[in-house]
Amino acid sequence: MSRRQFIREISITSGLAAGIGVGGWLAYSNEPIRRQPEVIHKLRDFRVPPSAHHPQLAVVRGTDVPRMTREAITRLGGIERFIQRGDKVLLKPNVGWDRQPEQAANTGPELVAAMVRLCREAGAKAVWVTDHSLNDPARCFFRSGIEEATHQAGGEIRLPRQEDFVRADLGGTLLKVWPVSRFFLEADKVINLPIVKHHSLSGCTLAMKNWYGVIGGTRNRLHQDIHTSIVDLAAAVRPTLTVMDATRVLQRNGPTGGSVADVSRENTLIAGLDEVAIDAFSLQFLNLQPETVPFLALGEQRGLGHVRWQDLNVSQTQIG
Amino acid sequence: MRALRRYHATFFLGMFLFFLLVSDFRHLRGYDVSLFLELDPLTALGGLLTSHTLYKGLAWSLVILLSTLFLGRFFCSWVCPLGILNQLAGYLFNRRRPVDAYADNRYRSIFRVKYYLLTALLLLALLGGLQIGLLDPIALLERSFAVGVLPAVHGREIPLYPYQPYFHGGILISMILLGILLANRFMPRFWCRVMCPLGALLGVFALRAPLRIRRDVDRCTSCSRCLEACQGGCDPHTELRVSECHLCMNCIEACSEGALHYGLSQPRSSVHQSLDIGRRRLVESGVTALALFPMLRSSRSAFAHPVPEVIRPPGALPEGDFLARCIKCAACMRVCPTNVLQPALLEAGLEGLWTPILINAQGYCEQYCVLCGQVCPTAAIRPLSVAEKVGAKPFPHPIRVGTAFFDRGRCLPWAMHTPCIVCEEMCPTSPKAIWFQSVAIPDREGKPVALKQPFVEPSRCIGCGICENKCPVVDQAAIRVTSVGESRSQRNKMILKGDVA
Repeated sequence: MSRRQFIREISITSGLAAGIGVGGWLAYSNEPIRRQPEVIHKLRDFRVPPSAHHPQLAVVRGTDVPRMTREAITRLGGIERFIQRGDKVLLKPNVGWDRQPEQAANTGPELVAAMVRLCREAGAKAVWVTDHSLNDPARCFFRSGIEEATHQAGGEIRLPRQEDFVRADLGGTLLKVWPVSRFFLEADKVINLPIVKHHSLSGCTLAMKNWYGVIGGTRNRLHQDIHTSIVDLAAAVRPTLTVMDATRVLQRNGPTGGSVADVSRENTLIAGLDEVAIDAFSLQFLNLQPETVPFLALGEQRGLGHVRWQDLNVSQTQIG
Repeated sequence: MRALRRYHATFFLGMFLFFLLVSDFRHLRGYDVSLFLELDPLTALGGLLTSHTLYKGLAWSLVILLSTLFLGRFFCSWVCPLGILNQLAGYLFNRRRPVDAYADNRYRSIFRVKYYLLTALLLLALLGGLQIGLLDPIALLERSFAVGVLPAVHGREIPLYPYQPYFHGGILISMILLGILLANRFMPRFWCRVMCPLGALLGVFALRAPLRIRRDVDRCTSCSRCLEACQGGCDPHTELRVSECHLCMNCIEACSEGALHYGLSQPRSSVHQSLDIGRRRLVESGVTALALFPMLRSSRSAFAHPVPEVIRPPGALPEGDFLARCIKCAACMRVCPTNVLQPALLEAGLEGLWTPILINAQGYCEQYCVLCGQVCPTAAIRPLSVAEKVGAKPFPHPIRVGTAFFDRGRCLPWAMHTPCIVCEEMCPTSPKAIWFQSVAIPDREGKPVALKQPFVEPSRCIGCGICENKCPVVDQAAIRVTSVGESRSQRNKMILKGDVA
C-alpha cells in the first residue's frame, strides 16, 4: 500500500466513523418517534357588534326568495352592517344529502344564490360556499342545485377533503380538540344558511345543528349526546349572520327525506344574529314546543341566545 | 412510418387516459368511456361464447376484427394502450448492443404460449366460464389503472377521486402491472410476444392479410438490422411470421437497402411462415381447460350458494349470468363515487376473482347513483335508470343489493345504554327502512335510561350499506349488510311477504 493510498483509505474510514458518530449524537432521543409540536387552531368570533336600531329577528313571508332575502337583510340593517369590502365570506348552507331542492333535505339554492349576490354587492373579495356532506359531496352540491346557483351568482364551491380538516380547540364540554374544516379558519365572515327539518333524535335540525358541517372526524359519535354536541358546536362557531330557510320544511323522515310527500310549503325566511331565538321560532313549522327540544335551553344557559323569541324585537313582514 | 405510428400511439394512449380521467360523476358527459373495452375483439368473442349475445357497444370490436383480416395485427402497436406502454417500456429499459438485440428479437418457441392461453380461455368461455378478463390486455390495463395507478397519483393537486380510494388487495393488481412493464427488460414486449391472448387472436386473424411486411430478396443483404429493431420477434430478416408481426414498422425504417415495405407482394418478395403451434400442446391446453371447467364449477362459490359478503352492484345480473359477462375490468370501480366497489379476492370463488363486490366498510351505494351500470362494457351490471334503481314510477320496487342486520351485541342502544341511531338518520329510503322504539332500560345501577332501539324493516331495506358505513362502531359495524334479499337472485331470499322483486 502506497502512502498516498493509505492516507486516502484512512481518511475515508475515519470520515465514515465520524459521520456515524455525529449522526447518532444528533439523532439521539429518548422518544421513539420525533414529533412536530402540534398546532391547535382556534375559531374566530365572526360576530358584528349588536345594534339597538334594528330588530333582532327579521321574519319575511312570501314566495320570491331573492326579494325576501334582500328584505330580511335590509331590515337587519343592510348587508353593509355585516360584510365589509374585501372580506372573505363563507356561506354554510346545509348540503348534507344527495337530494333535489324539492325534497327539502338541503338549503334551497335560491337562498344561497341570493346571499352570494348580496355579499358580492357589499364588495366581498371572495364568497365561498362549503359543507361537509354526508353523501358524496360532488353529488350533493350538484343535485341540490347549489353548485350551479353559486357559480351563477359569482361564488366559489369549497369541497372539504380529508386533508382540509385541521385540529382546532372547540372549547366545549364534550367537544374539545376536534378536526375543523380549514375554510372556517381562513374566512373573515361566516353566514349560516340552515333549513328547518325533522330529525328523529334531536327532534329537529335547525341553525345550531347546522354546524355539524364544520367538523370532520368521527362525527357519528356525536349522536351519543346530541344536545350537548349541538350546543358545544354552536358555542364554538359564532356566525356573522343566520338566515333560516323555511320555504320548504321536511316534516318526516328527516334529516335525509327523499319524498316530496314529507315536505310542506311554509314560504318563510328568518334572519338574525340570535341562533337560539331563530331555532325556537322555527319550531312552529314542525309543531314542536321549546320544552321538548333540550338543546335550546342548554344553549340559553350557555349564553348563546334567547329561547323566548317573543321577548325580542321581531319584525314580521309579508311580501309578494 | 415509425413517426406516424408514434403519433397514433400517443393519440390512442392519450384517449385511453382521457376516458379514465373523465370516468367520474363530475366529468362524465356522455363520452363512451368504455370504448377501448368495446373495441376489444377478445371481450366480444368471450362474451359471445358465454352469453350468446354481442352486447351493443361490443360491435365496435368487429371494426378491429375485420380490418385485421386485411391489415394484419395493427391493433397491438397502433391502438392497444398496453402494447403502446410495453413498446415504450421496451424502448426505455432495453437499450442493448446490436449483437444482444439480434438475439433478443429472434423468434422463440415460447411465443406459442399465448396461443395455448387463448385456446384455454376460449374453451372455458365456450363451456360458460369467462376468465378472459384475467389476461385480456385492455381489461388488465383498465383494472390496473383504476385500482393501482390512479389511486396512487390521486392527491390534492390531481383530484381523481372524491376521496383517497383504497382497494381490496390492490397491491396484487399493481404488482402485476409493474411486473409486465419490467418484463420488457429481458425481452422487448414480453407480454405482447409471449402472454397476450388478444394478440394471439389477432395473430390468427392476420394470417391471410394481403397487406403485410414484405422483403425484397434481391435487395436484402442479410445484414439483420431489421432484426435489431424488431419489436414483434417476427423474423423480418428471413421468412416473416405474419401472425407475430404487430406492424411497428421499425424494420422498414431500419433497413438501409430499402428492401422492406408494407403492402402487397411484389415479384421478388420473400415467402412467409404460417402459425407456429404444436398441435400436441394445443390439444393438451384444450384438454386442461375441459378438465378444469367442471372442477372450477364444483368448487363452492357464490354461484353454487349465496355468500353473505358477495354483495353485487345494483343492476348486476344473477350470479351465473354475471360471471358469464364480467371481464373484471374495474371500470365500475373507477367510476364509483364512494369507493364501495372493490375487486373481490376469493369471496366469490376463484371464478369471481377481481369481480366487483360492495365492501361497506369502505363506502356505500349512493341511492341516486347508477354510474357503474352506465360504464360497464358488457352489461354484467346492466344500465339502470335512476327511476328503476329507486323504484319510482312506473317501477314497483327499488333495486335491492342486500339487507341490513343489527348486531345487538355491538349496537350502542341495544347493548350499551348509549343513544345513537346514526343508522336511522342515514337511511335514505322514504319511509326509512330503519325505525326505532323508544324505551327506558334500567342501567347497571337500576336507573332507567331513555333509549331509541333500532330495527330493520326488511321489505324497505335496499342494502345500500350507508348504515354500516356510518356506524360509529367502526372496526366492525353494529349493523351489517349481507346479500340476502338481493333483487337479482331468486334463491337468496328470506321473507315470504313484501320481499318480492
